[in-house]
Amino acid sequence: MRRNVLPGLRLSLGVTLFYVGLIVVLPLAALVFKAASLGPEDYWRIVSSSRALASYRVTVLSALGATVFNLFFGLALAWVLTRYRFPGWRIVDAMVDLPFALPTAVAGIALTALFTTNGWFGSILADLGIKVAYTPLGIMIAMCFTSLPFIVRTVQPVLEDLDPALEEAAQSLGGSDWQIFRKVILPLLTPALLAGVSLSFARSLGEFGAIIFIAGNQPMSTEITALLVFIRLEEYDYQAAAAIASVLLIAAFVMLALTNWMQSRALRYTVRG
Amino acid sequence: MKIRLENVVKTFETFRAVRDVSLEIESGELVALLGPSGSGKTTILRMVAGLEYADGGHIYFGDQDATDIPVRDRGVGFVFQHYALFPHMTVAENIAFGMKVSKVKREKAAIEARVVELLRLVRLEGLGGRFPAQISGGQRQRVALARALSVDPKVLLLDEPFGALDANVRHDLRRWLREIHRELGITTIFVTHDQEEALDLADRVVILKDGHIIQQGTAEEVCRNPQSTFVMKFLGDANVLAAEVRDGRAYASGAAIDVSGMADGKAELYARPADLDWSAQGPGIPASITRVLDRPDGRRVLATTETGELLEFDVEPERPVKAGEGGFVTLRRAKVFAV
Repeated sequence: MRRNVLPGLRLSLGVTLFYVGLIVVLPLAALVFKAASLGPEDYWRIVSSSRALASYRVTVLSALGATVFNLFFGLALAWVLTRYRFPGWRIVDAMVDLPFALPTAVAGIALTALFTTNGWFGSILADLGIKVAYTPLGIMIAMCFTSLPFIVRTVQPVLEDLDPALEEAAQSLGGSDWQIFRKVILPLLTPALLAGVSLSFARSLGEFGAIIFIAGNQPMSTEITALLVFIRLEEYDYQAAAAIASVLLIAAFVMLALTNWMQSRALRYTVRG
Repeated sequence: MKIRLENVVKTFETFRAVRDVSLEIESGELVALLGPSGSGKTTILRMVAGLEYADGGHIYFGDQDATDIPVRDRGVGFVFQHYALFPHMTVAENIAFGMKVSKVKREKAAIEARVVELLRLVRLEGLGGRFPAQISGGQRQRVALARALSVDPKVLLLDEPFGALDANVRHDLRRWLREIHRELGITTIFVTHDQEEALDLADRVVILKDGHIIQQGTAEEVCRNPQSTFVMKFLGDANVLAAEVRDGRAYASGAAIDVSGMADGKAELYARPADLDWSAQGPGIPASITRVLDRPDGRRVLATTETGELLEFDVEPERPVKAGEGGFVTLRRAKVFAV
C-alpha cells in the first residue's frame, strides 16, 4: 500500500466498514435470505398477487407524481432561496428542513386534518369536486411533503456555487434569459437534480408514517406497498412480508443505479484527458 | 466604434467605485485601464459592457447613447478574468453559443464554418471537440477570446486577460493579442493591474486611482513624464530621496539635479533603479550595500545611505559587488516633485 501522510487509515476504514456491514448490509441480506427461503413459486405467487400488484401501482405512480412535482417546485424553491434575499428568508430556508425534522406520523395527522372533507383545504376542494383524503392524490401530497427537502438541498449548493460570470458571458453573447437558463444553468444543475430526484423517489417509495393516515388504506386502491408489508408482519407471515419488501428494495436499487448512470453521463465534461 | 464616457459615476452601497470619469476611445484603438485594486478600472469596463449600469453620466457608442442598453443588445465581446467558459460545452460549442442564440438566424453549416475560422484565428485547430477542463489555461483564454469575437462585436473588452496565467504564457499571449488586434482592427479596452502588460500592449494607457483618471497617454508619455508621485511609483520601482529646491536646482544628500522653473522649497526626488550608478569613489551619495540580488539580466543592489534612505539600482552582471561594501551613488536623471 502507498504510504499516506494522513494517519489512521486502517483503523478508520475498519471501523466504518464494520459499521456499514452491521447496520446496512446485514439487515438487507437477512431480508433477501428470508424472502429466498420461500422458493420461487411461492415467492412469485406472493409478489404478483393482485393485491400486491395494486399496491405497487399506487405506490410507484404516486411516488412518480410526487417526484415530478418536487422536481419543479423544489428547483423553484432552491432558485428563490439562492438568488433572492427577502424578509423572512432565513425562516423559509429553515422550514425546508421541517419535513426531515418532523415525525412523519405528525405530518400525516396534520395533512389528514387539513384535507378531510371538513378540514380547511378539504372543504374548499370538496366544493370544487376534488377529493384528496383517502385517495391516491392524498398519498401523493404526503409523499411530496416528506421528500421535498431532497431536491432543494441537493440543488441549492450547486446553484450557490454557479459562477455568475457564466450567465454574464451568455448575456454578453446575446442569450435571452430563457436561453441562458435552458442551455447554461439547467445542464449544470442536472447532476444535482438527478441526485435529488433519486433520493426523493426512493424516500417516497418507502414512506409509511405520513401516508397511512391520509390514504384510507383500501386494499386494491389506496393501500401502499409499505403498508401491505406491515399487514403481513402483523399476521406473523414474515416470509410474505420479506418477499413484498424485497420488491421495494429492488425498485429502489434500480432507481439508484439508473440515476447514477445518468449522472455520470451528465458529468462527462468534467473528465480530464 | 468610437466610445465616449461622459462624467460617469458608479457607487456600490457606500463605496464610490467610479467618480466622474470622462474618457474618449478612438475607433480601432487599443486602450489599457491600469490601476491598483479598488481603483474602479473593472467597474468602468463592466459599465462599458453593460454588465453594470452607471449611476450618473453617459456612455456613447459612436453617436448613440448606450448608457441604458442592456448587455445582450450592446454588441460587445467580453472576456472574463477566469474565462467563464461553459464547462458542459465543448470548445466548438462554446464558440458557437453566441451564434446559436443570436436573433440573426444562421445556417448550421455557416456556424460550423465560422467556428473553424475562429479556431484557426486563435490557433486552436483540432481542439474543437475538447471540453474546457481538458485544455490548458492559455488555451482557455484563447477560446474565451474566440467566443467573444464570434458575435462580431463592435468593441472587445478584456478583464485582466492574462491575470491567471504563468509568466511565460502571458508573454506569448500578449504579443499574440497585439497581432490579433492589428489583424481585426477592433476597438479594444483591457483592464490590468500589471504596468508592464499595459505599457507593452496598449496604444494608450489610462491610469486610475480611487475611481479617478490620474493620467493618460502613450506608454512613452506616461513613462517619461509622470505627472504625480503616484504614477511614478505605480509604473515601476522608484527610489525616493528627500530633496530641497533652491534656485532651480534640487539637492538631495550629496547629489544635485537641474530643475529649472521649479519653486524653491521641500521636494521629493524620484529615480528609477536604472537612473542610478555605483562607483567606489565620490562624488555622489555615500551609501553601503546591504544586499545583492542576482537576476537573469543583471545584478540588483540594495543599499542604505548615511541618512538611512534605502536605494535600489542595477549593475552589470560581471561587476563584483558584495554586501557590506561602501561607495557612492550618482544620479543620471531623476524626477522631482514638490511636497
